[in-house]
Amino acid sequence: MSMYNEKDINEQIAWAKINADVLRSMENPRKAYWVAIFVCLAMLSCAIVAEYIQYNVGMGPANLNNPHMWDMYIASFVFWIGMSHSGTLLSAILHIIQADWRKPIYRFAEAMTTFSLMTAGFFPIIHIGRLWNMYWVLPYVSNRGHWPNFRSPLVWDAFAISTYLSASMLFLFIGMIPDLAICRDNAKGWKKKLYGAMSLGWSGTDRQWRNFRKTYLLMACFLIPLAVSVHSIVSADFAMSIMPGWHITTFPPYFVAGALYSGCAAIITLFVLLRYFFRFEEYMTLPIMEKTCKLTFAIAMVWTYLNLIEFSSVWYGHDIYNKELLIAKATGPYAWVFWTMIFCGSVLPFTLAFQKLRRSMPTMFVVSLFLNVGMFFERWMIVAPTLSMSHEPHQWNVMWGSIIEWGIVFGSFGWFGLLFLVFVKVFPSVSMYEVKEMVYHRRRHLNEQAAKDLHRRSADAQPNVPGVEGA
Amino acid sequence: MAKHNIMGLFNDFEQAFQVLEDIRESKVVGVSIDDVILKSPIEHPEIEEVLGKRPVHIQKMTLLGAIFGVSFGFFFLSGAQATFLVQPQGGKPVIPLPSNFVLMYEMLIFFAVWITFFSFLFMSGLFKKRHSLYSEKISLDQVGILLELDDSTIGPIKDLFNKHKVAEIREEVVR
Repeated sequence: MSMYNEKDINEQIAWAKINADVLRSMENPRKAYWVAIFVCLAMLSCAIVAEYIQYNVGMGPANLNNPHMWDMYIASFVFWIGMSHSGTLLSAILHIIQADWRKPIYRFAEAMTTFSLMTAGFFPIIHIGRLWNMYWVLPYVSNRGHWPNFRSPLVWDAFAISTYLSASMLFLFIGMIPDLAICRDNAKGWKKKLYGAMSLGWSGTDRQWRNFRKTYLLMACFLIPLAVSVHSIVSADFAMSIMPGWHITTFPPYFVAGALYSGCAAIITLFVLLRYFFRFEEYMTLPIMEKTCKLTFAIAMVWTYLNLIEFSSVWYGHDIYNKELLIAKATGPYAWVFWTMIFCGSVLPFTLAFQKLRRSMPTMFVVSLFLNVGMFFERWMIVAPTLSMSHEPHQWNVMWGSIIEWGIVFGSFGWFGLLFLVFVKVFPSVSMYEVKEMVYHRRRHLNEQAAKDLHRRSADAQPNVPGVEGA
Repeated sequence: MAKHNIMGLFNDFEQAFQVLEDIRESKVVGVSIDDVILKSPIEHPEIEEVLGKRPVHIQKMTLLGAIFGVSFGFFFLSGAQATFLVQPQGGKPVIPLPSNFVLMYEMLIFFAVWITFFSFLFMSGLFKKRHSLYSEKISLDQVGILLELDDSTIGPIKDLFNKHKVAEIREEVVR
């Protein structure tokens, strides 16, 4: 039993206050918010300079050469695709199972999904080097009558990621419409016009709410299998080859678990930041942080289990190439990356099992950053060792990322951070109407009769709810 | 006979629901529960029990979108593959179903999601100018009951609103 008997949210909080607090956050963040914007801009400028050099000089400075044709960029691509799964988990899955503690934090998780995908999308384009040919990744018929090879997982990637990006943007947008109407009703000047256009004339009629609920549920139902398919398809980029270390049947679930894991860790990081930047202590509460940490811990254990499955199946499979590669990962030049990955991914999450640590925001902030360091190294360990030690010994070659590659990867965090920070300033990062629903439901549960009525089946007696007020 | 639009704003769902119960029990002659438009900051969990079943058809459009997506996927992919025979097949069928299933699955979701979205825009009555009686208090914390009435029923409805502690009444003459 918990030594802290706190509620996820104070159910006595007035609806008007919820509006006021969230709208104020969009006007008046702490100074640290602007510092974060500046840091993100500085990081992004590193990527711009690095990409400028690569664009002018060619792929040489990126160290991309045989056998390391895929390396840091593809590892980063997989990392950012993985990050995008957080929004689906927190928003769609927890919505379907009616876990209402998600309500104050799902909006920024959904935004994370969209911006992670937008960041991930850059890497294949940067990786091909010739930016002006970026449309080649799309499945179109060229003027020579050539079709893309639909058997290739790389083409599947283009389909899956564009579907996921558009679906997650729609999911984010639809979920925001009632809140955009609130913003419209309270804004002035250009913001009123912006929110007015984006709220599409929402006025809260029963017809709109009915259709809204159904649409949101349908979108959530589609988004879950879509998210699973996207990362399975990304894993197919590797698993459908015959390269040692990649041709593994557990890769799709391993990728999906890793994606959920890194996404959850990023949610913890951004939870701490937003709570501080926008003074959201009343909405992003410690009990909600605890639940997020428990979820992350559970996923960390799934990821650890899938790692062990992979290692043991390689070990007992007695395939010489796979086994040598596994030993090389643990003892060779990439060993420090491997063991850091194991430490950050499998050992460090045990801090999430301790309640006192879960309730410490600075501790969770640092831990969540290291969890994602571990997850980045996981992707690096998927890509680099296989390329450095494949079937042909004369091709064996260890490669570390060049400063150009690191600059672009570093800058991608700035790009993601910048998009995210601008979003949470312009749009409500806490869902006002969902939090209102949450406090309304919980207030009703305080009233025994009202709670009974709330869980009444349609065939039961008609409602009789005395003295429960909406606001 | 002039037509009136009238909207009563209530401080909570309870008061608004009591008005709706009275309308449902035909306490105001000539006004039916089907004439009511309820406006609220959230969707009440028991709204259907008060307003009655009002159907939603979006899921039918979603199903159509999904069927279209998977069919389009199959014909698009197999059509492309069947007209591009110079591509090396590696001894495999020209139209390989297992790999096409992956893309058909993606297209199923793609079209289902987009058609759901457009159906939502259309069926929710969005993209319309907001009602002239719309109040910003509805997006804050009040619940509105909107009705279109004639001269004979406007008085009893106002009385009903006042009986259940209406916070504000907004009214306009339509014609």
